[in-house]
Amino acid sequence: MRRAALHALLSHWRRHPLQLFAFLAGLALATGLWSGVQAINAEARASYDAAAATLGEGQFDQILPRAGDSIAQSDYVALRRAGWRVSPVIEGRYQDVRLLGLDPLSSPGRFDFGQVTARGNIGTFMGPGQLFATAETAARLDTDAQVIVSTDAAPNVAVGDIGVVQRLLGRSDLSRLMVLPEQPLGRPPLDQIAPHLRVQPSIQTADVGELTDSFHLNLTAFGLLSFAVGLFIVHSTIGLAFEQRRGLVRSLRALGIPLRQMIVLLAGEILLLASVGAALGIVLGYVVAAVLLPDVAVTLRGLYGAEVSGSLRFRSEWWASGLAIAIIGSAIAASGQLWQIAHMPILASARPRAWFMASQRSASWQAACAGLLALGALGLALFGQGLIASFTLLGCFLIAAALALPLLIRPITGWAETGARGPVSAWFWADTRQQLPGLSLALMALLLAVSANIGVSTMVSSFRLTFVAFLDQRLAAELYLRLDDPAQAEVIAPVLAAHTDEILPLLRADAQVAGLPTELLGVRVGRTYRDNWVFLDSTAEAWDAVAEGRAVITNEQFARRADLWVGDVVTLDVTALPIAAVVGDYGNPRGQVILGEALFQTLRPQALPQSFGLRSDDPARLRATLRAAGIPDSAMIDQAALKSFSLQVFERTFTVTAALNVLTLAVAGFAMLMSLLTLADQRLPQLAPVWALGLTRRQLGRLELARAGLFALLVSVIAVPVGLGLAWVLLAKVNVDAFGWRLPMFLFPGSYALLGLAAIGAAVLAALWPALRLMRTPPARLLQVFAHER
Amino acid sequence: MNVKALFLFLMLPVAAWAQGFAGLGTDADGFAVPQPGTTFDFPADHGPHPDYRIEWWYLTANLTGPDGTPYGLQWTLFRSALAPGERPGWQSPQVWFAHAAVTTPDTHYATERFARGGVGTAGVQADPFRAWIDEWALEGPNFDSLHMTAAGPAFRYDMTLDAQGPLVFHGDAGFSVKSEEGQASYYYSQPFYRIAGTLHLPDGPIKVTGTAWLDREWSSQPLSGRQAGWDWFSLSFDSGAKLMGFQLRNRDGSSGYSSGTWIAPDGVTESLPNGAFSAEPLATHSVAGRDVPTRWQVTVPHRGTDVTVTALNRDAWMDLSIPYWEGPVSVTGTHQGRGYLEMTGYE
Repeated sequence: MRRAALHALLSHWRRHPLQLFAFLAGLALATGLWSGVQAINAEARASYDAAAATLGEGQFDQILPRAGDSIAQSDYVALRRAGWRVSPVIEGRYQDVRLLGLDPLSSPGRFDFGQVTARGNIGTFMGPGQLFATAETAARLDTDAQVIVSTDAAPNVAVGDIGVVQRLLGRSDLSRLMVLPEQPLGRPPLDQIAPHLRVQPSIQTADVGELTDSFHLNLTAFGLLSFAVGLFIVHSTIGLAFEQRRGLVRSLRALGIPLRQMIVLLAGEILLLASVGAALGIVLGYVVAAVLLPDVAVTLRGLYGAEVSGSLRFRSEWWASGLAIAIIGSAIAASGQLWQIAHMPILASARPRAWFMASQRSASWQAACAGLLALGALGLALFGQGLIASFTLLGCFLIAAALALPLLIRPITGWAETGARGPVSAWFWADTRQQLPGLSLALMALLLAVSANIGVSTMVSSFRLTFVAFLDQRLAAELYLRLDDPAQAEVIAPVLAAHTDEILPLLRADAQVAGLPTELLGVRVGRTYRDNWVFLDSTAEAWDAVAEGRAVITNEQFARRADLWVGDVVTLDVTALPIAAVVGDYGNPRGQVILGEALFQTLRPQALPQSFGLRSDDPARLRATLRAAGIPDSAMIDQAALKSFSLQVFERTFTVTAALNVLTLAVAGFAMLMSLLTLADQRLPQLAPVWALGLTRRQLGRLELARAGLFALLVSVIAVPVGLGLAWVLLAKVNVDAFGWRLPMFLFPGSYALLGLAAIGAAVLAALWPALRLMRTPPARLLQVFAHER
Repeated sequence: MNVKALFLFLMLPVAAWAQGFAGLGTDADGFAVPQPGTTFDFPADHGPHPDYRIEWWYLTANLTGPDGTPYGLQWTLFRSALAPGERPGWQSPQVWFAHAAVTTPDTHYATERFARGGVGTAGVQADPFRAWIDEWALEGPNFDSLHMTAAGPAFRYDMTLDAQGPLVFHGDAGFSVKSEEGQASYYYSQPFYRIAGTLHLPDGPIKVTGTAWLDREWSSQPLSGRQAGWDWFSLSFDSGAKLMGFQLRNRDGSSGYSSGTWIAPDGVTESLPNGAFSAEPLATHSVAGRDVPTRWQVTVPHRGTDVTVTALNRDAWMDLSIPYWEGPVSVTGTHQGRGYLEMTGYE
């Protein structure tokens, strides 16, 4: 009996393959986008972790040569014999792989070569030679050393014992020394032992993960929104499948299937289908991630210098979350239907009411929900603090907008109907309104997709504009010069004076200001700063006050953390100075206080400038002159090159954003297609009389297309304020909570129009097949409507 | 795997000794094995023996400050070979590590170093004698007259040592058996150093004087598989006599193999056979989450010796890559005196 019942239930899908397809494809698309984005994020994060763990970069102070890039091994031994606890590192290119040689005995970092213990012999690591690398890197290495594939290795890096790497590189020197955190008493200063070496302090604050978080946040927002869109599809297909089987369920129950068994069978069926859909989605997600990851990797490398592996691994953190979220989503969608079946009287009439016909009561319920959520969002926007509040705000706002959509469209169609002229037009509007409930879920999906695209592209474009402006401001000088040795500055001072229009020395020192670790910057106030720096807020004549040492400028991070703004007073050591201006700073997470050069030198007389911005009409000639004066090319940075590189990186970001735009629109278009196909059959009784009154099938088909386009247009128009609201939350709330700065929002009407066109295109495309089917409906079928009058 | 685990792994021979990993103390693949009847060759034997798996230069000292406060001091250099023999540069299979500690009645400072052989950061040469790792050194014109330094983040010391008596050979003329199965090491000591110098502690420098005891030992197969750890005593009595004794504890809790050397004031020795030396815990103290005996009854019946050995500072726990207890002790009972106690393998 149970078997027969299961057979009967499953036969529904056999008779409606399109519904089966919609269910599986919807779930697969939703899971695919979600898990694809999660996969990219997981891969990138794993790469940062591996890099931090393997290279120890940024965690420890390092000893580097003052000139060149080589440290003699005898210097290493001399330092250790003098009491400096240091660990040697050698680095070089070998077959285009970054080879890193370490001494596992003295190294301070954590080296997760799980395999060393697993395979049992550190002697093999130190002796004949092993290299640890990712599978991707290992495949590219051709060497006599044994290459061991390690899942913990950093991308494009092979790590080996210092002796092994020296041998492979054919060198006998070292590249740098890591300084261990614990040092013994009585250690002599570095310049007594090796004056040609210098200590470079660790950069604790500029953690790569922190910087790249904003990028991942964009991706995650995309993933979540696409999943929401996908769930709309799943919800509607499950609802349809249950409604259409009410009769069947009644018959089976009448035949004696116990209610409990019925529920179990239906739940099992949904679970099975959800698992299949989710599995397909995970495969799809893998494909999406594999296609996008190289672009993401290039973006992250360029934007933040973070090395990310270009190859993807099947990590449980993303596929398991994809699977779980798909099954939970389906369960939620099915639970309402199962509840209804559980509470339906056995022999209740199985009248074929359309599953979608929203009663007046459900419409007002929907309105109430939308209102409540909107109120919640407003409250959070006004009083919410922290990332969780911001994300909740995001959720409330989007769901409220989606729920309110049919309520917004209905009066518009009603209003159009009153203004309609002629019977066809009047019928068109009335019919449009009639269809609204059936299409509303698909339209909500489209709204979410379009507004997500508007929101995210507004954010990315605003970020780009702000960042480019910031680069212009911060990289105003044509050439940047970085000197390791302050003494060099004195040597080239005459050359600089003769060949540059303006010299901008940059002084740096660390300090505690208002109880916060802060970077002090000393600047020579001149034309460049006055012309280029844009303040978020400032007093009149801010630069004059700074130049005269009467005031300071702070960056936004400092202002927000210390809650000190223009007009407030900061105390540097014992000097109290007012803040004359606050400047936006998108290049680093640290708080900064900017002072005039003279004041800086009074406060920190021992700090000497090592960085210079140089203004020149002919940077190429200046560069040549400096090279002739003995400055290595690597110490000079060309502003134009730096900027064009940054812009290239943004182009990559746009590639990723555009690809995700297309995918979400495709998902929404698919939802629309499925809804229209479902409606098409049920609408025959409504279309047949119109056809009988004289409208041709072709005309009817065109009207269908026009209606889809019209809906998409309405949705796109409504999506603009929703998308801008989304962008505002991302820029003004999420960003501030996550990174301490607020990005100004710019509007891009042109791209919104393009997005609207794309949405209309997707909707019309989705309507094309149902319309064609309608145009080709045999007249006999239309006639049958009258014969089979219910 | 973290660094500590890596080190532990690397130090398996020692770890086996200290913590008793089954089966690891017993095999000696490719390494030379101590043989009875070998005669020592000095000064060469003060230097390293790279064909043996493990070796140490182990110095402990009982010190007194100007106000009579007792202090303890440790300086130990270990050599652990990944493979027998020596090769130049980074190819060297010799790994060096060292422990240094200062114990006051209230505080115990301990620190450690690791270094590769072959490149010059650590090593030992026999003549003129020089043992070093980083800036730590134990060097002299010769083995009888040494200068010793070590430093950690919170302490530093600088000492001179002068031998007042001859070298002392344990077991059968320096062949010291460690189990009934016959595991053995080469083992000799210089227990007659007079020591003086300065301890630099967080509260300032302290001039100290006292006595020191240097152990030299090398082997390839230190422990039997069923032994869990050991308790080692070096006691200097006010009478001028000295006692070295150790007992190896079995995993099953039964009292294991013991051995010792009675050293007369003139350096004449009597080797104590298995069972002649015994040590029974009188009180334990909880340190680093383990119960460690810090008061012992030590007896050598046929020498009429029955003494209570009490730790100067019960918290002298060496919280290093290989953790163990090591600290100065005072001796009361049939004999009065001072000494050092080392306990390994307490879980």
